[in-house]
Amino acid sequence: MELTNYVVLATILFTIGATTVLLRRNAIIVFMGVELMLNATNLALVTFARIHGDLTGQVLAFFVMVVAAAEVVVGLAIIVSIFRTRRSASVDDVNLMKS
Amino acid sequence: MTDSFVAPTIDWIYLVPILVVLGTGVVGVLVEAFVPARARRTVQVTLALLATAASFATIVLLWRDPAVQGDPATGGTYGVRVLGGSMVIDPFGLAVQGVVVLLAFLAILVIADRTSTGQDAFAPTAAAVPGSPYEDLARRKGIEQTEVYPLVLFAVGGMMIFPATGNLLVMFVALEVLSLPLYVLSAMARRRRLLSQEASFKYFLLGAFASALFVFGVALVYGYAGTVDLAAVFQVLAGGGTPFADMPGLVLTGVLLILAGLLFKVGAAPFHAWTPDVYQGAPTPITGFMAACTKAAAFGALLRVLYVISLGMAQSDPAAQEDLFVALWVVALLTMVIGTAVGAVQTDVKRLLAYSSIAHAGFILVGIIGFSQASLRATVFYLLVYGLATVGSFAVVTLVRETAPAPERALVDATAGVVAPGGESASAPSAPTGGDPVGDDPSPAVPDAGVVLGEATHLAQWAGLGRRSPWLAGAFSLFLLSMAGIPLTAGFIAKFSAFGAAIAGPDTQGGGSTWVLAVVGVLASAVAVFFYVRIIVLMYFTAPAEDAEGVGVTVVRSRGPAAISIAVCAALVLVLGVFPSPVLELAAEAVKFVP
Repeated sequence: MELTNYVVLATILFTIGATTVLLRRNAIIVFMGVELMLNATNLALVTFARIHGDLTGQVLAFFVMVVAAAEVVVGLAIIVSIFRTRRSASVDDVNLMKS
Repeated sequence: MTDSFVAPTIDWIYLVPILVVLGTGVVGVLVEAFVPARARRTVQVTLALLATAASFATIVLLWRDPAVQGDPATGGTYGVRVLGGSMVIDPFGLAVQGVVVLLAFLAILVIADRTSTGQDAFAPTAAAVPGSPYEDLARRKGIEQTEVYPLVLFAVGGMMIFPATGNLLVMFVALEVLSLPLYVLSAMARRRRLLSQEASFKYFLLGAFASALFVFGVALVYGYAGTVDLAAVFQVLAGGGTPFADMPGLVLTGVLLILAGLLFKVGAAPFHAWTPDVYQGAPTPITGFMAACTKAAAFGALLRVLYVISLGMAQSDPAAQEDLFVALWVVALLTMVIGTAVGAVQTDVKRLLAYSSIAHAGFILVGIIGFSQASLRATVFYLLVYGLATVGSFAVVTLVRETAPAPERALVDATAGVVAPGGESASAPSAPTGGDPVGDDPSPAVPDAGVVLGEATHLAQWAGLGRRSPWLAGAFSLFLLSMAGIPLTAGFIAKFSAFGAAIAGPDTQGGGSTWVLAVVGVLASAVAVFFYVRIIVLMYFTAPAEDAEGVGVTVVRSRGPAAISIAVCAALVLVLGVFPSPVLELAAEAVKFVP
């Protein structure tokens, strides 16, 4: 099987993730979109590592995972603190400054 | 296993400026655990100031290091590649690091100032629900969140790695190291906590999106070149030799995605949407810090990526380089136009400064697109000058406050210029109704001025400030004039050199049409002068507005640090405006650049 198919798949997943971020209204779903983008990146990195026959891409994927985990920690903390204040996790409700 | 492990050799000495800052951040976390609560604040502030000062001192020492500057006698190589290019300590990297650390030092002074109200700008416990009994209790107990200082130091550490790395992976990690603390810090304002949380929320979601774009760009560049080391990417661009080396579209898309991530951090249009909201909602000292330092670090990283990639493209595929610069042209034009046009109609001083910062990102981009030694020099100088004026002006904003005669909270909410959340009771049925939804926090009464509230950010409240507080208004006017680029302030020299670099054009191709950008930049600056001067007129020639329904405006006294910071920023803005040549010469040395 052509390895480049995996690159195409990664691009599709990345696009789906980006679309999710831009179109969905629930903060958790938006956040999942970001995670999908990061995981699509991992797929691309691992595929390219295979194509090039070196390990750099696989190591990079681990770094991306660690960073994604750190982002989850901070991001969920912020989303939860907003939710506790407003009882809503909708992106549209967070608009005090649009006056 | 026949191979035995070979430990890498690390030139620790060149990492000292970064290690000092990050190490002190770690010590700061331990201080939170082991130092008694009374002493924590003093210890944290001292540590943070010492760390940034020490880091700046080591940068100054390294600046003259022969390995960094190259041996002038032999004309040898300059710059040190630590850990195979993970860190590149060259004059350019050191210069940006120096700018970041200097500005961070001044910003930490503002962050540490408790003013005459005896309160800093941060919530007693950021985790408490605004208006909850728990928050009230924390406030009465006088709890302070001193985690702010280690968080700032971590962010500074990330900002120092960001412009001084030759490896895209390290750049990505540094991007996160500088961003994650800033997301948290944005949510920690003592007053108007809903706005603050909202700012943090927007910053986080859009920031995470931008870093995902960045890392996918890194993946594409890796796919093209088989490496994430910028020097090696340059080799592949110039000479080929990988399976995808005949696909310039791959690397072009990758680089554009990387640039999108970086342009988000500098707040350039169309990636600027977060800037006004985050600058407005975040605690003002933090706004000053991130506006100045993030921009410096991100422009440093952007220059490094752009130079290496586009010089590589110039050798193999000039068309791709053209495309890259077309994209930058569009971004620079949009950024200048949006920054000045939308900035001109703002009524909130923090939002106005945010749009001004967007416009400045555009002006810096104009200098960068000039793409020559002169444009590197101009960028470093511009970043310093813009940062000084920004830290100083946000420091002034922290001192101009609203007052109320008595802690009647309903009245305060209705009139304090705070956006009263309309759907609050509907969307938060179980939130304590007696509490103050905006989290305005009346501080102890000051004898002559009633109760001091949050910052008076509406422009109308700044009327007559010149009479009330001439020194403060004078300093603020100076910063605004510098941002406007009026002669005898540093901003003039900065704009002059940036636009000059654009007019001169790229020194490799010769000529070019970048002078068009400089013309647009000058026109945009002229529009921007209008909104800066409007504030100055307001402060000096307009009578203070009648205290509407008991809400007045007062200027709280700094307890020292913020005043020092404002004074230093003002002095430097003046000195760099009148005698710019020593710093310009230093900046000219900073153009030495190793991929």
